[in-house]
Amino acid sequence: MIVDSYRFLPRSFRPLYEGRGAFPGEDAPVWAPFEKRLAYARIALLTSAGIYLKGSHPSFDVDREQAQPDWGDPTWRSIPATTQPQDIAIAHLHINDEDLLADPEIALPMHLLADLAREGVVGGAAANHVSAMGYQDRRLEDWRSTTAPQIAAHVREQGADALILAPA
Amino acid sequence: MPVLARWIEAAGIPTVVVTMMPAVAEERRAPRIVGVEFPFGHAFGMPLDRRMQRRTLELALRVLAGARAFGTRVDLDVEWPVPLREAYRAWQPKVPSPIVRKMLEARQSQS
Repeated sequence: MIVDSYRFLPRSFRPLYEGRGAFPGEDAPVWAPFEKRLAYARIALLTSAGIYLKGSHPSFDVDREQAQPDWGDPTWRSIPATTQPQDIAIAHLHINDEDLLADPEIALPMHLLADLAREGVVGGAAANHVSAMGYQDRRLEDWRSTTAPQIAAHVREQGADALILAPA
Repeated sequence: MPVLARWIEAAGIPTVVVTMMPAVAEERRAPRIVGVEFPFGHAFGMPLDRRMQRRTLELALRVLAGARAFGTRVDLDVEWPVPLREAYRAWQPKVPSPIVRKMLEARQSQS
């Protein structure tokens, strides 16, 4: 079964994504081998659904995006794996957030991952996962220069062996 | 997002991207890809459907740990249980995003 990559995308958006090839300078294969058994590996999660913690995080900056529609907030948030749904807020202007607020696991399945760790399917889960907001300016300059290295350092600090990324 | 995965992979951390647009992730050269035919905002499945979410996450883990080569893509064979028209409408924001509003205004001013 082959997934239809454009099933839920408005038809007028399709040319923005399809047939554009690699990002400039990002054509060569990159590969970090996954060397452990899953049962001994610690896994981290990343969502780009614009999730943040109501009580302790600033929102992703949607006001600036309203004023400057080609721009998207390039920062990221660390999300404790014990976070409860009622503590989560969403700042993402490109999706309906009702389902995400009802069940954040659809974007960041941190409680499910904790279950798999308890069952021994994976060795463990990161104590803190990662949240970003996926709408970004086309050049991705801040993500490349700042956000990606910070996230890689964070994943390493968590002792995680790998990262599962889920775009919103 | 596929490009972000590349940068993190290049820093030595294995990655897998779970995405509703796997063809785009392939074009952008993500190292490992799981395709899902789910609406945007729902990478792991339906709200509160733990079985569907688990099938998605377990496939992501299998591809993460088991892929032997760069560019490996495996699609999840799960059908979205909501009729297309309804699901298509449901994922979209109630108010058009700033960039969509800008595009619509540009189109209107041309016509």
